[in-house]
Amino acid sequence: MKFLAVCGSGLGTSFMVEMNIKQVLEELGVTGVEVSHSDLSSASPGDADVFFLAKDIAEGGEHLGEVVVLDNIIDMDELKEKVTKVAEEKNLI
Amino acid sequence: MNNVLATLIDILSQPAILVALIALIGLLAQRKNLSDTMKGTTKTFVGFLVIAAGAGILETSLVPFGDMFQEAFNVSGVVPNNEAIVALALNEYGSNTALIMFFGMIVNILIARFTRFKYIFLTGHHTLYMACMLAVIMAVAGFNTVPLIAAGSVALGIIMTLSPAILQPFMRKLTGNDNVALGHFSAVGYALSGLVGKAVKGKESTSTEKIDFPKGLGFLRDSTVSIALTMVVMYFVVALAAGPAFIEAELSDDTNYLVFSLIQAGNFAAGVFIILAGVRLVLAEIVPAFKGISTKLVPNAKPALDVPIVFTYAPNAVLIGFFSSFVGGLFSMIIMAVVGSTIILPGVVPHFFTGAAAGVFGNATGGVKGAVAGSFVNGIIISFLPVFLLPVLGDLGFANTTFSDADFGVGGIFFGTLANYAGPMAIVISLVVILVLMAIPFRSKKSA
Repeated sequence: MKFLAVCGSGLGTSFMVEMNIKQVLEELGVTGVEVSHSDLSSASPGDADVFFLAKDIAEGGEHLGEVVVLDNIIDMDELKEKVTKVAEEKNLI
Repeated sequence: MNNVLATLIDILSQPAILVALIALIGLLAQRKNLSDTMKGTTKTFVGFLVIAAGAGILETSLVPFGDMFQEAFNVSGVVPNNEAIVALALNEYGSNTALIMFFGMIVNILIARFTRFKYIFLTGHHTLYMACMLAVIMAVAGFNTVPLIAAGSVALGIIMTLSPAILQPFMRKLTGNDNVALGHFSAVGYALSGLVGKAVKGKESTSTEKIDFPKGLGFLRDSTVSIALTMVVMYFVVALAAGPAFIEAELSDDTNYLVFSLIQAGNFAAGVFIILAGVRLVLAEIVPAFKGISTKLVPNAKPALDVPIVFTYAPNAVLIGFFSSFVGGLFSMIIMAVVGSTIILPGVVPHFFTGAAAGVFGNATGGVKGAVAGSFVNGIIISFLPVFLLPVLGDLGFANTTFSDADFGVGGIFFGTLANYAGPMAIVISLVVILVLMAIPFRSKKSA
């Protein structure tokens, strides 16, 4: 299982989201999920099982497949809720 | 014995090895297991070499662009791009950059721990770029070896703290709380945009988010696309002005001048793409280590995060800000052409990111009018600052590219000018004075 956080240049924001996803997964006790980050140009549908994108670039990432759109990328509660939902759907917890 | 010393110096003067060692220290400090430590150290090592490879490609594109611009207009043309200038600078200043980055982060943690400025600057690529610029400035100012690293690191730590700090009043207004700060080295432009917004705000200001605005420019956020498209436009304009005779005789080896320009424009985007991949590898271990260690040492730290965090607060202001800032860049370019100075070309990437954020802050204080006026001012600032930054960068001032965001300009010009007029000692004194001022436990009425 692989999660990929994506932002415009793949440097700062997606990296922060990646670190936050890892923190949430740890809190949930989920193991075996690889989390990484990338820029919008490089990300392609086969790169991950689930993609995490901020709302403002969501339209640029529709082709990626299973996309989770984050309304507020610094809101840990929102991220926790959405990651938990994905983890439940994927039978990770 | 001398051989050992010489080998040691050889090792430490290879920036790729140096950053790998820094990553190794970070990984060991976090007590990572063997496989994670090996993986992280190797990736960092390779990442640095990837950046150098990208710099090579970028140079094949930038050099002919500079020649064509000179031929066509008789002045130098500069395309500001952080990744480009950093990659070129790392060839010569790599080791100093790596050390300044490492110790600068420690200074940032110390300032946050012991003064009222609780900001931890987590935008790693900007830390790297600023460390690189300071390595250049301090060398040009006349420092070397240990004093150079010391002055650069203290300056970096101070900038990492003050940049989010000056913007925090506007961040509080925007986000409605005081928990998060903005870590992006164009804060001077954003704060100014916020002030301009306040000044132009009429009796009733309408937020940008109340107007219906066309969507569909999201593809500009894809940096490869936006860089390639703008470079094609710039290359074509300059190629047409320079004329086929010059280009085909001097630069393109008889290839059609427009075909040559198209490929070189693509090469620029290709170079930046590779550099970004390298930067990502280099930072992959360093940023989480910095975050983890700072969280432990500074309990009530405010994380300063990358600029897109503010974009979601006002998506319309993002687009308005980009356009208005870009218009400010074009306006500045005309003035430069009239005055006859070096011409700073408006790059889409800096205007998109900094213009967008300036739009958001301008909107927060002054609605639509604030967004338009504030980001226009931002566009002018990020165009003119590089003009004055180039002379203090030594040989790198002639690279046809330079640092694009406002805080690089302000910081670089501040230290560079100090050194020019009063020597390196003035830099040391100014750093000490700033640190002492920051250490005073003064509280403003607003934040109390």
